[in-house]
Amino acid sequence: MTTAETYVTAAYCAVFAIVLVYVLIIALKVQRLEREVDELAGRAAAHEPDPEPDERREPAVVG
Amino acid sequence: MSPGTAQLTPVAPRSRISLPALAAASLVLVTLALVLVFFVAPNDADQGFSQRIFYFHVSIAITAYACFGLGAWKALLHLWKRDPRADLESYVAVHQGVIFGSLVLITGSIWAKISWGHWWLWSEDQLVLFLVLFLFYAAYFMLRYSVDPGPQRANFSAVYALFGVVLIPVSFMAIRLAKQAIHPVVFTRHGPNFGGWILVTYCVAQVAMLVLAYTLYRIELAGKRVDARVRELKEVLA
Repeated sequence: MTTAETYVTAAYCAVFAIVLVYVLIIALKVQRLEREVDELAGRAAAHEPDPEPDERREPAVVG
Repeated sequence: MSPGTAQLTPVAPRSRISLPALAAASLVLVTLALVLVFFVAPNDADQGFSQRIFYFHVSIAITAYACFGLGAWKALLHLWKRDPRADLESYVAVHQGVIFGSLVLITGSIWAKISWGHWWLWSEDQLVLFLVLFLFYAAYFMLRYSVDPGPQRANFSAVYALFGVVLIPVSFMAIRLAKQAIHPVVFTRHGPNFGGWILVTYCVAQVAMLVLAYTLYRIELAGKRVDARVRELKEVLA
């Protein structure tokens, strides 16, 4: 490999590496968002209001 | 804020081009550009094999200018029409510009080392002006994160992004105005300084870089919007 070929390869590898690092950062961010959404889903479930009194009553046979 | 009373910001309208389609187009175009660069384009008569850096170096430089220009346009929309989405879009565009700007400096330094024997020449106006443009926009983030989130931060950031756009034509023209420049001039008043497969390869590489930048812009913007909505939901459910 000549010097020019080495430098050209290095330049293209640098471009590829920086784009990969960017993708890695975005992937880590998506992972964090996934955790936060899970946490929010848990909180939303805890916030769910109690069922209405009518819904809590046992169905009664009429007649 | 109690649950049910909070106002969530409206969801951004869906773009006409889907993100997976953009990502696929980026992959195809970048692969095609690499094939053309290494297997089709001929060696330059003057610079030989090292000239192959030019295809990505110039494309990335023009993409960086386009990102800074988009950031300034979105900043103008924020200040002029008070578009609620424009501040975030301007920020993401400037961020992409800085990423592509760093790639310009890295690939340019490598090219300079082969062609001139130096990694950097302070005597070259165009190199120094691009560095000034890059550092100006890098400082945008220092300003943005030194102010609390809110309308004031959005306004400061927008004004700063608009000021920076003045540097783009100065940086672009510096290569043409410099009297003793050793940096090659790719585009003159009479059109590009090359033809044939070199021109085709350059055009494909340019389109590939623009599509890649737009894809990364859309991915980052989608992430930032989801992040903002998650924060709002956290406040609502607190």
